[in-house]
Amino acid sequence: MGKIDTRVWLVVIAATLFACLAYVPAIIREGDLGFAVSDVFLYEAMINGLLLGGVLALLSLGLNLIFGVVDVVWICYAEIVMLGMYGIYYLHSVYGVPLLLAMPAGILLTALIGYAVHHLVIRHLLDSAPINQLLATGGLLFFFQSVATLAFGIDFRNLGVSLGSFPLTEDIYISWSRLAAFIVAAGCVIFLYLFLTRTFMGTAIRAISQDREIMTLMGAAQGRLYLISSAIGGGLAGLAACLLVLQYDVHPFVGLSFGPITFMICVLGGLGNMVGGFIAAFILSELIALGGYHFDLEWGYVFAFAFFIAMMFVRPEGIMGRRS
Amino acid sequence: MLALSNVDAGYGTFQALFDCTLEVKAGEAVAVIGPNGAGKTTLMRVISGLIPARGGRMDMEGRDLVATPPHRIVELGIAHVPEHRRLFPRMSVEDNLRMGAFVPSARAAYARRLDFVYDLFPRMKERRHQLAGTLSGGEQQMCAIGRALMSEPKLLLLDEPSAGLAPVIVQRIFELVRVIREQGLTVLIVEQNVQQVLRVVDRAYVLEAGSIRMSGSAEELAASDDIRRLYMGL
Repeated sequence: MGKIDTRVWLVVIAATLFACLAYVPAIIREGDLGFAVSDVFLYEAMINGLLLGGVLALLSLGLNLIFGVVDVVWICYAEIVMLGMYGIYYLHSVYGVPLLLAMPAGILLTALIGYAVHHLVIRHLLDSAPINQLLATGGLLFFFQSVATLAFGIDFRNLGVSLGSFPLTEDIYISWSRLAAFIVAAGCVIFLYLFLTRTFMGTAIRAISQDREIMTLMGAAQGRLYLISSAIGGGLAGLAACLLVLQYDVHPFVGLSFGPITFMICVLGGLGNMVGGFIAAFILSELIALGGYHFDLEWGYVFAFAFFIAMMFVRPEGIMGRRS
Repeated sequence: MLALSNVDAGYGTFQALFDCTLEVKAGEAVAVIGPNGAGKTTLMRVISGLIPARGGRMDMEGRDLVATPPHRIVELGIAHVPEHRRLFPRMSVEDNLRMGAFVPSARAAYARRLDFVYDLFPRMKERRHQLAGTLSGGEQQMCAIGRALMSEPKLLLLDEPSAGLAPVIVQRIFELVRVIREQGLTVLIVEQNVQQVLRVVDRAYVLEAGSIRMSGSAEELAASDDIRRLYMGL
């Protein structure tokens, strides 16, 4: 049980860090704890951090799922999100497909891309050195970016759909699209959890990440499980695209604004560990939101990356990772 | 039931099995004994398709095993309890058993098979929510055998079920082999623990350096001077 205690401690330490990050700058600035505690904008930043965390959790879940099963890190994962965003944008804004149809179509598109990435590229590299697998998925990142640039140009595009915001209290306003993103992401996480724990296929996906060879003895075709996981991972990227396209402009390099953070989340949580990734998503998103509130948005990322680097020294295997 | 004729197999440039011919009839329990590195585990892995056979024929009830993809072999009624048990350590006992019933035919009978395994191993029912990696060695072996039984096999391949277990537990594992036979299963077992295994099987093959050197009834082999000297230390 010693290990679980360490994890609890880490969460406590992280929570303390948040509190410090949240209140200390305000106390220093205002010289008054009372003001910091009643600072509504601070709470708004915290809530926005939480809402951002939902989408990041969803992204890290997809990446972790694929890594856990296939044992290959998809460097190009965020670019699949980008393609999904373009898909939804074109269907809705250019071809006039209703958003509620365009979104499932976008999810289907990215699921197919996920399937194709495994079928056309990864499948042939399963026995290659890990560095070659990384180079291949890294190459796909540039490939997807270039294809998007050629096909769609480098203009920033957006759906032009605004869901507006609503007041949570008199002073705190929450954007509907962020709240929707959080709720959908949370729902999807629960759904995925039930799939992985309650169904034969989901249990097999967990099992194959623990022992590949034995699942063959159980009668599971390895290649098929890999394809299913890759398609689900791709579909999750599409779902994230649905949620992000409501909040951000689409351009060929949009993946870079959340790709790296997604990897950090996965590594911080313990690569392949979905629960760890889920927790890490909220830790980093809060760091970004609170750092961004007290200083600048860029500083939020600096804090998040610094925390990540520090954690790699303290716990290189990740929050929930196992020491190997 | 299972027939191997002139089977060759190996890894890379290394050949581990030479011209192995072996038969297991329905209802029998057959052991393969031999020293470390003789190719016993390779033999089991060839039968369950984890390693392709390079030559020879293998049939299970008249169906060609060589041409069957590895993940289809369990559907022919062969369940393999691998060396070192190889449970899914970070999954519960029940999830491990569930994976044993992964093939569609077994999935349909999952609840019934689970009751069957829990009746056979009440200990597994007590521990069903425990992570398999935290079970004791003997319990892990029970869980691995239970997992194999979930697919309702006709032939059970047991690879070194007694390895790494305390003597008292080893005794119990061999008793389990008897219990399994009473359920009407055919058993092919690989063991280093020659003296004990010869008490629970009908026949045995002696595998040395990848070739079958000797075969006979359990009584014959247990009485053989060579076997007694080489494998039982008598």
